[in-house]
Amino acid sequence: MADAEVVPLDDDTRSRRGAGAKVPRGRRGSGRRNDSEQRTPAASLAPVPDAGPAAEPAAGPEADREAGAPVPGEAEGPVAAEETPGPVRGGEGPQERPEGADRDLPGLPDPAAVLAALGDALGGAADRLLGGPWERKVANGLAFLRRRITGEYEVDDFGYDRELTDQVLMSLLRPVFAKYFRVEVRGIENIPAEGGALVVANHSGTLPLDALMTQVAVHDHHPAHRRLRLLAADLVFVLPVVNELARKAGHTLACAEDARLLLERGEVVGVMPEGFKGLGKPFSERYKLQRFGRGGFVSTALRTRVPIVPCSIVGAEEIYPMVGNSRTAARLLGLPYFPVTPTFPWLGPLGMVPLPTKWTIQFGEPIATDTHPPEAAEDPMLVFNLTDQVRETIQHTLYRLLMQRRSVFF
Amino acid sequence: MGKVVLVTGAARRLSGLLVRRIVHEPQVDRVVGVDVVPPEEPVDGAEFVQADIKHPMIARVLAEHRVDTVVHMDVTGTPLGRSGGGRSSVKETNVIGTMQLLGACQKSPTVRRLVVKSTTSVYGSAPRDPAVFTETMQAKSLPSGGFAKDAVEVEGYVRGFARRRPDVAVCVLRFANILGPRADTPLAEYFSLPVLPTVFGYDPRLQFVHEDDVIEVLRLALSDARRGTIDSGTFNVAGDGVLLLSQAARRLGRPTVPVLLPAVTWIGSALRTMGMTDFSPEQIRMLTHGRVVDTTQLRETFGFTPRHDTAGTFRDFVAGQGPGLLEPERLARAVDRLSEALPAGSVKE
Repeated sequence: MADAEVVPLDDDTRSRRGAGAKVPRGRRGSGRRNDSEQRTPAASLAPVPDAGPAAEPAAGPEADREAGAPVPGEAEGPVAAEETPGPVRGGEGPQERPEGADRDLPGLPDPAAVLAALGDALGGAADRLLGGPWERKVANGLAFLRRRITGEYEVDDFGYDRELTDQVLMSLLRPVFAKYFRVEVRGIENIPAEGGALVVANHSGTLPLDALMTQVAVHDHHPAHRRLRLLAADLVFVLPVVNELARKAGHTLACAEDARLLLERGEVVGVMPEGFKGLGKPFSERYKLQRFGRGGFVSTALRTRVPIVPCSIVGAEEIYPMVGNSRTAARLLGLPYFPVTPTFPWLGPLGMVPLPTKWTIQFGEPIATDTHPPEAAEDPMLVFNLTDQVRETIQHTLYRLLMQRRSVFF
Repeated sequence: MGKVVLVTGAARRLSGLLVRRIVHEPQVDRVVGVDVVPPEEPVDGAEFVQADIKHPMIARVLAEHRVDTVVHMDVTGTPLGRSGGGRSSVKETNVIGTMQLLGACQKSPTVRRLVVKSTTSVYGSAPRDPAVFTETMQAKSLPSGGFAKDAVEVEGYVRGFARRRPDVAVCVLRFANILGPRADTPLAEYFSLPVLPTVFGYDPRLQFVHEDDVIEVLRLALSDARRGTIDSGTFNVAGDGVLLLSQAARRLGRPTVPVLLPAVTWIGSALRTMGMTDFSPEQIRMLTHGRVVDTTQLRETFGFTPRHDTAGTFRDFVAGQGPGLLEPERLARAVDRLSEALPAGSVKE
């Protein structure tokens, strides 16, 4: 089915669709497609709805194969039409009746052409819904499913499941990134196209959504399609489910060993040196950077001789305005802080919906570390100076972005 | 003059494979196997001495045979055979046996080389540990009991021995989970359960090393060091790459049942009591948090690259297992059928 035919055929079908009985069926078909926009396997079967498997996926391989083969042939016209009754009759259900009716009326367009046209029409609808040639999308989806259920995919030493991240996790985060926070990404080219780099960002927002959004920003916007490997707090790896997802998304524990190994392998590593101090700071202290740890990230960058890319994130501070911190609850739950916002915990789960602020993520000029000898990592003065330099850069960029910002929400 | 190699734990499968592998090596004169029970399949050309390494009599064996290379394989997590005692006797063999053996070696003037089979469990498994362990790392939380603790203690004694006898080349090999087509380790038993219980919310990273590679690395360790390599020290031995438990289960075709962590411990002990599997708490920890080691030292310093990677080792193991309930081939065929239902031309992509 050539793509070029798809759009005109849609109208064509309507005019050729002689039998009135077909019209509701066609509509029902596309209506169902609307419901199942994401459920690609369902859509895959739709083009051959008259052969049964759409209605009964378990109808069996033979029916599928027979039905699958003739479809392209049908489009060519009467030559293939002779063969079509076989597979069509093979299908069960409601289509038996119109099929027979059509055969009795020789004046009407022959059923094979109608079916083909109908299939094309549905295909056209699917194309529009999936934003591309639907057959390829569905084939890709099935290939993905096949790899997943048989376990034939690769995971790196840190548990990073690149395929799952690219195809599923990023697709889930992308709407939040593009539609909800409307993140504007600037200076992405400051992340080198190849080799290791250490992205150092400010941390805020009570929940580490800023880290995830930075990951999406690098994933979607970097011209060389770099992947950001985040370093996460140990709490992440203690919690069930969270640790599993974090590992699969390519995150690992924020420790010098892991960071060094990743940088040596030429990965872009993201770190938020403020940690929980930045994440759980009160709303009144927004955009004031906290202490940048002991500068461990700088010594790791010096040892591996990778550039440090400062990254300033504006907008994350206001998603959960943390007006209070219940130390008792935090201690009871074993958490570093327990946020109290105007909505949480008062509204329960509803209070966990972040405010739809407008974000800007600015990647700054990389700070080279290979001008220093590797043993500079042992020099505390240099490490502190570089740490301060990175911190100041991020802080000043934050102030500048805040000055430019028109409003928190737009 | 060739070597005289003493292999402890000779009645076990892995030691048997090693004895069979080295007995006809040109540089090996004689192989002496030691264990408390005779091996099921005696190896032609190798001698067997029925002795207990927990007794000082082991020193006489060393002296009588003028042993110059000792391969200590009797550090294990499971009792020998189905009959042999419980956990306490295993611990005794591991720890007291090692002490006696090392004491005998220390007094022996002929011993030149000591190879110890250890395990990567000495790193423990904890969420607060780095993702990839190198040989120099210490576990954040030392294993509290079981085989892992034995291994930590054994390694401690071996380090002490190496200090007292600097003329003896000491090589400690930390093996990841050993698998092979006919492996009989607790992990292999776990993977042969029809339905795999897993810990809810955790998907551990696992690393395997193939039996063939284990034997090969042991053989290299007990021979003289080749040019440009160092054969004394501590080395991690594991296949390349990792498999997630979920991934392994899918490749094996076995369904998984996620169980909450407290219940897992309970089920584990229930199964242990019923004798269905030797599922120790440290294994549950490993199947919760996973463990991955770095093998750069093995490649670059020791000079050995495992021939089988983790995935390949597991494939070999799967081939030796019966089909699971969710056979991957069957699932793949089902999806292929769906793909074939697509119009021709699109599937080619």
